[in-house]
Amino acid sequence: MEKALKRYAPIFVLPTFAAFVIGFIWPFVQGLYLSFCKFTTVDNASWVGISNYIAAIKDASFTSSFKFTVFFAVVSILSINIIAFMLATLLTQKLKGTNVFRTVFFMPNLIGGIVLGYIWQILINCLLSIIGQPILALNSTAGYWGLIILMCWQQIGYMMIIYIAGLQNVSDDLIEAAAIDGAGGWDVLWRIKIPMVMSSITICVFLTLTNSFKLFDQNLALTGGEPSHSTEMIALNIYQTFYARSGMQWKGYGQAKAVIFCVIVILISLIQLNATRSKEVQQ
Amino acid sequence: MKNKKRWLALGMAAVMTAGIMTGCGSSSGGSSDSDGGEGSVYYLNFKPEQDPQWQDLAKAYTEETGVEVTVVTAASGEYETTLMSEMGKSGAPTLFQVNGPVGLANWKDYCYDLSDSDVYKELTSEGHALKDGDAAAGIAYVVESYGIIVNTELLGEAGYKTEDIQSFEDLKKVSEDISSRSDELGFTAFTSAGMDGSSDWRFKTHLANLPIHFEYVDGGSAEAIEGTYLDNYREIWDLYINNSTCEPSELAAKTGDDSRNEFLNKEAVFFQNGSWEYSNLTEDGTFTDDNLAMIPIYFGAGEEAEQGLCTGTENFWCVNKEADEADIQATLDFMNWCVTSELGTKTMGEDMGFVIPFKKAIESSNLFVKQDAEMTADGKVPVAWDFSTIPSEEWKNGVGSALTAYAADQTDDNWKAVESAFVDGWAEEYALAHQE
Repeated sequence: MEKALKRYAPIFVLPTFAAFVIGFIWPFVQGLYLSFCKFTTVDNASWVGISNYIAAIKDASFTSSFKFTVFFAVVSILSINIIAFMLATLLTQKLKGTNVFRTVFFMPNLIGGIVLGYIWQILINCLLSIIGQPILALNSTAGYWGLIILMCWQQIGYMMIIYIAGLQNVSDDLIEAAAIDGAGGWDVLWRIKIPMVMSSITICVFLTLTNSFKLFDQNLALTGGEPSHSTEMIALNIYQTFYARSGMQWKGYGQAKAVIFCVIVILISLIQLNATRSKEVQQ
Repeated sequence: MKNKKRWLALGMAAVMTAGIMTGCGSSSGGSSDSDGGEGSVYYLNFKPEQDPQWQDLAKAYTEETGVEVTVVTAASGEYETTLMSEMGKSGAPTLFQVNGPVGLANWKDYCYDLSDSDVYKELTSEGHALKDGDAAAGIAYVVESYGIIVNTELLGEAGYKTEDIQSFEDLKKVSEDISSRSDELGFTAFTSAGMDGSSDWRFKTHLANLPIHFEYVDGGSAEAIEGTYLDNYREIWDLYINNSTCEPSELAAKTGDDSRNEFLNKEAVFFQNGSWEYSNLTEDGTFTDDNLAMIPIYFGAGEEAEQGLCTGTENFWCVNKEADEADIQATLDFMNWCVTSELGTKTMGEDMGFVIPFKKAIESSNLFVKQDAEMTADGKVPVAWDFSTIPSEEWKNGVGSALTAYAADQTDDNWKAVESAFVDGWAEEYALAHQE
């Protein structure tokens, strides 16, 4: 039976594989090609060589948006994961109503980014005008923290579910044995629970890392990069490169930026995966 | 036997794959690949305000001639992105629009030369064509005006008539008087000059047209804007934001709808906007031709007594050169029918409220358009839409940001930032737009 399955494997894989090639590999290759061209649509590209990459690297707005993205990513990865883990620990205790709380914390994740962005824009602007501060479009500090709060609010619930699943897999025997050996709550957390949920941490950090770098809708809706591009993240910067000026060359620059961006995100996440995976333990 | 099974499995897999692909394919809206020979039209419309009228007109044309016409309207502010993705598909739009020479830079490779077409010959003046070298890349299909829309009823309650406003000085006097008495009157001078994306174009583009225009009148060129009239720009901006329905610091979040609703709720007398707002203001009966008027945006520059409304166009029809021969012909026929047939001209003139620059155009029912014609007949000179020479969207965004920051904190330093965005920003963007 297994042999037969193996023999037919390519056929079973074919539909998905074809879809993957059409929907991912081919556009990716085409995108790579277009980054060396100037174009208006994908059909009228003309080759210009590496000049797009030179222009992209020289562009000061690209580097400043990259810096902003990194600052954003570091703080949001830390805060999302720490808070999500704390909530998960809390909600795996034997408390009343944990299911209700899990649902409530998970819910923001079901709302789309654009909608969330506009809702939070109204909330934050309202708060800022009550306390007499300049509103979001004029206030880059508020824009930065607004983005962090928004992302935390949206993502904590999702990460919490993954951590809960991880924590529930930590066997009670281990914790009991540790307690008998005299370990306190803190020791149990650091020496038993965290090493045991390391695989969940890998996943969650990976997800928050890539989400933070790729963030677009929330950025567009909440601040739109205002005031004068100072809260513009890298994905929005690429979008602006495409549409803020007319001319075929700008599409090429934007495409080159997108390729650079893609490579950077892949590199950073590979490094992260390696780093956290090496700490995982086998049960 | 084994082979049979294998082929069967392969066949099934192929069917499944095909299913996936058709699932993706059938949703694309193109129509030009339908029954050949006849040709068909796919119009990507820019103006959401007129979408229902275009749909009806398309249906009527199909009934009359049997030629299929699909009209798709891009969401407000999303035209360029929509056009870019639609043009990359098979069944691309056969009829689309660009906003002038700057927009044409993106699309000139796709523009069919219209100079030999029938519809081109219907234009009242060659000046309404958008030229790319010798070729007519686009033709204007609507001419619009903007200025300051006045609620004449409220203006009367405050003790003034529209005739009292003949210059910037008058406008300043009247609006400052109204706003100082706003508690007693129950309304103020200007609706909020919102700087949200849905409204900021009224100031970073339309109001910015005036300093640009008067500089061109003085012989300035698009290569280097000097900002000669920026002090006037500041004065009128101060007037707008300090005599308005809200605190200047709140403008950053005010939308176009906010501003219109304030005008509809009779909270303010003046509303800077264009002839396209006519149907929005009159459709529910709040306003009629008796209590509306449009006056020029007086700017304290040039001959103010002879200044008319800002009249021009940023709507040019272009035909997709890459489309099938038959589709191009069908599109040209459709355009010609729109501007020559009885139903076409009536729909465009009355239902859409357009002034169309074609010989067979009927008189528009739009009050603002009529006022523009009257002013021109009285010898007033319309202000041209010179904002079409603005080098990029990026320039507008820079000026918009600076104006917003200045509104919240009206210091000289913040105005310097506006000047810098205006003058230095122009030089920068001009250089970027013209590099090779």
